[in-house]
Amino acid sequence: MEDKPNTNASDGFKRLILSPAGRAFMALALVIIVGGIFNANGAFFKTETHRDALRQMSVYGILACGLTPVIISGGIDLAVGSVLALVAVICSKMAIHWGYPAVVVFGASLAAGALCGSISGLITARLSVQPFIATLAMMVFARGLAKYASGGMKVSPVVLGSDGTYHNVGIPALFQNVDHWILGENVSVVTIIFAICLFVAWLLMARHKFGRYIYAIGGNEEASRLSGVPVVGIKTLVYAFSGMCAAVAGICQAAQEQQGDPEAGAGYELIAIAMVVIGGTSLMGGRGGIGLTFLGVLTIGYLDKILSINAVPEAGRLVLTGIIIVIAVLTQRRQRT
Amino acid sequence: MAPIAQNQATEMPALLRMTGIGKQFGGVKVLHDVQFEVRAGEVHVLAGENGAGKSTLIKILGGIHGDFEGRIELDGTEVRPKSPLHASELGIAIIHQELSLIGPMSVADNIFLGRMPARGGFVVKAEQEKQATHWVERLGLDIDVRRPVEQFPIAIQQLIEIAKALSQKAKVIVMDEPTSALNKPEVEKLFGLIQSLKNQGCGIVYISHKMDEIERIADRITVLRDGGWVGTATASESPVPKLIQWMVGREMSEQFPRHATHIGSELFRAEKISVFPQGKTCTAAVRDLSLSVKAGEILGIGGLQGSGASELFLGLFGAYGSAVQGSLFLDGQKISLHSPRQAIRSGVALLTNDRKATGLVLSLSIIANATLAGLPRLTKGGWCIPARERDAAAATTGSMRLRAASLDMPVGSLSGGNQQKVAIAKWLQMKPKLLLLDEPTRGIDIGAKREIYQLMNEWTAQGIAILLITSEMPELLTLSDRIMVMHRGECTAEFSREQATPEKILAAAMGSVTANPKN
Repeated sequence: MEDKPNTNASDGFKRLILSPAGRAFMALALVIIVGGIFNANGAFFKTETHRDALRQMSVYGILACGLTPVIISGGIDLAVGSVLALVAVICSKMAIHWGYPAVVVFGASLAAGALCGSISGLITARLSVQPFIATLAMMVFARGLAKYASGGMKVSPVVLGSDGTYHNVGIPALFQNVDHWILGENVSVVTIIFAICLFVAWLLMARHKFGRYIYAIGGNEEASRLSGVPVVGIKTLVYAFSGMCAAVAGICQAAQEQQGDPEAGAGYELIAIAMVVIGGTSLMGGRGGIGLTFLGVLTIGYLDKILSINAVPEAGRLVLTGIIIVIAVLTQRRQRT
Repeated sequence: MAPIAQNQATEMPALLRMTGIGKQFGGVKVLHDVQFEVRAGEVHVLAGENGAGKSTLIKILGGIHGDFEGRIELDGTEVRPKSPLHASELGIAIIHQELSLIGPMSVADNIFLGRMPARGGFVVKAEQEKQATHWVERLGLDIDVRRPVEQFPIAIQQLIEIAKALSQKAKVIVMDEPTSALNKPEVEKLFGLIQSLKNQGCGIVYISHKMDEIERIADRITVLRDGGWVGTATASESPVPKLIQWMVGREMSEQFPRHATHIGSELFRAEKISVFPQGKTCTAAVRDLSLSVKAGEILGIGGLQGSGASELFLGLFGAYGSAVQGSLFLDGQKISLHSPRQAIRSGVALLTNDRKATGLVLSLSIIANATLAGLPRLTKGGWCIPARERDAAAATTGSMRLRAASLDMPVGSLSGGNQQKVAIAKWLQMKPKLLLLDEPTRGIDIGAKREIYQLMNEWTAQGIAILLITSEMPELLTLSDRIMVMHRGECTAEFSREQATPEKILAAAMGSVTANPKN
């Protein structure tokens, strides 16, 4: 008796379409087609529209890169939006007010993000607190810390001098370089950073034992533990990685706003989670991938862009996005039979 | 050798009569032509080895398996319990081993769950509490029915479950190993209660693995074996040896080849092991147990449900962390195993008894599962080398004669036998010195079983020591070089391969004092 995949070669195409990647790709294609029809007098066919769409989705996309391993491990990280704000404040302080070199700012930001993530991770993994609760606590905590560090005000280049007048200390080079168009003004540096995050996350998930262990833990934590997988350590690292991605997103956000806003990133975690899920990564853990997340980011990113070039007001955009997320997830659900 | 059906004379009309009961699961007949009856005011013990069909029969009665063959009569009228709710409406109450109470809810809410006294949809709390108090007092319980169930010890919870059954005006009460979590005084209390239930005219079905209990409370006994009815007799007619004869008396039609053994020197020794799965403040699942096994030897561990054998394995493997007492020696050196990681590094492997829940990651491929325990050694600086993994997985699964179209298939899509082979392949990958096999042939077909027996011969020939838990008597008797029998966390007997007989093993597994050389 031989076990075979329960499909034969003739319906290989059907299998491709019904695979998670196939479904995610169809959802994206659908959105692109909708954009082609409602093209806002040809605006959808202009290069600027696409480079702007890619730039706008990049910060969310970077968060989604960090969230994907968390969700595949069977967890969730609600703190990424707050960690983004905390890092935006920290790096603005360091870069604008204190004038630290870019390398130091970048390193300190990543360390701050990793620290926040590790704390969430340790609370979840070692103390067995549900990840929803642990990261909810971190979400509130990091937001508070961001407000504390910034004194409740935006950290901007306009500072109050000793003579009692406001003056502009200028945008630091780090921010200028990140908020910059390259390759003939066609690609934003932020988009390049997103691409790097995607690649790193993909390497870890698909080519490193770290990723294999994450899939195993999400698929069956007890079986993994009994197979010698260091469950506590891996889970902690997963949240640390998510925190680091949130830190990178925080630098990008601060660079684009040219200031560190302690209120930044509120609600971003939910959009990023929606991107991961719409790609086809299961919230139950064990299934999914970075490639799927990329498709999910493009789908929601483009959806938002198409609605905005058609001048759909924000209220309508939110309502439509909500409906489309439900439809997309319902079609995803049929993949598991 | 079919024992004669006895005592069909009906001094009293049957309260419950089940005839010709059969049940299939996906083409496998697990129950065929079983007959069973309970009279009012009688304790009817249902006995048999693990897998004899007792639970299935009870689940049919309790409406959990709605589609079955045969006929059930209650008070002379035919009934077909369609759901647990329907069964309780008919007057059949089942007290499962795992209690079905909802921990955070109050005693009163639990007793009246789904049928609370209500007015206009609102629960009349005072009335419910009054009635609940009435029922628990009838059991001699003096507890506050407003307190959450989870605040009471298991013994009290069991009585609450019985109060629930009584309040439903149950005529037939089924108790599935009700004493497994009780201490001596609590058992006495339960037996007193059973006596008063008898006096009230209830019929009681009592499932137990403990000989002394059966001898004490049974009025009649029915034995099932391999899904079939073996016999029914009054308690006075069925002394222990006869009962055991009924339970094990199968022809040894399947002879498994245990090859000439190559037993070496002692490889593993465990001294005075106690295991506390729920933490050290709770009761021990294994108490002061010692064992040793030589290289190339198979030590079989026999026991019925609740013997603690599986917990012993998990404890030795470090799965309970430090909630294990005692000393372990591997290759003559003292080792400590406080995590599965440590155990694996020392060369100990555990095949768990539930491959889907604790053995495999069903969503991952055969390769990923087969290499999960030994992954670090197949990677370079942590980076995966797919070709190396594939070769390693192909080598072990190939040696196990795994049949799959592709090693990239998710394990969840394989048949039970092939899944089990992947679970075992994972451990062969790390070249273990000691294999702990917990029910290695559970739920797989006979062909795959034979292959696994063959593999066990090959492993012992390589000098691997095996500890084997199996609830299948023929397997235990033919594969083991030595047999140890456990009952409620203690070793009750040890036999050489030649000494062992099914009767002796079963008697020891049921805690029978006569077979216990240590008492």
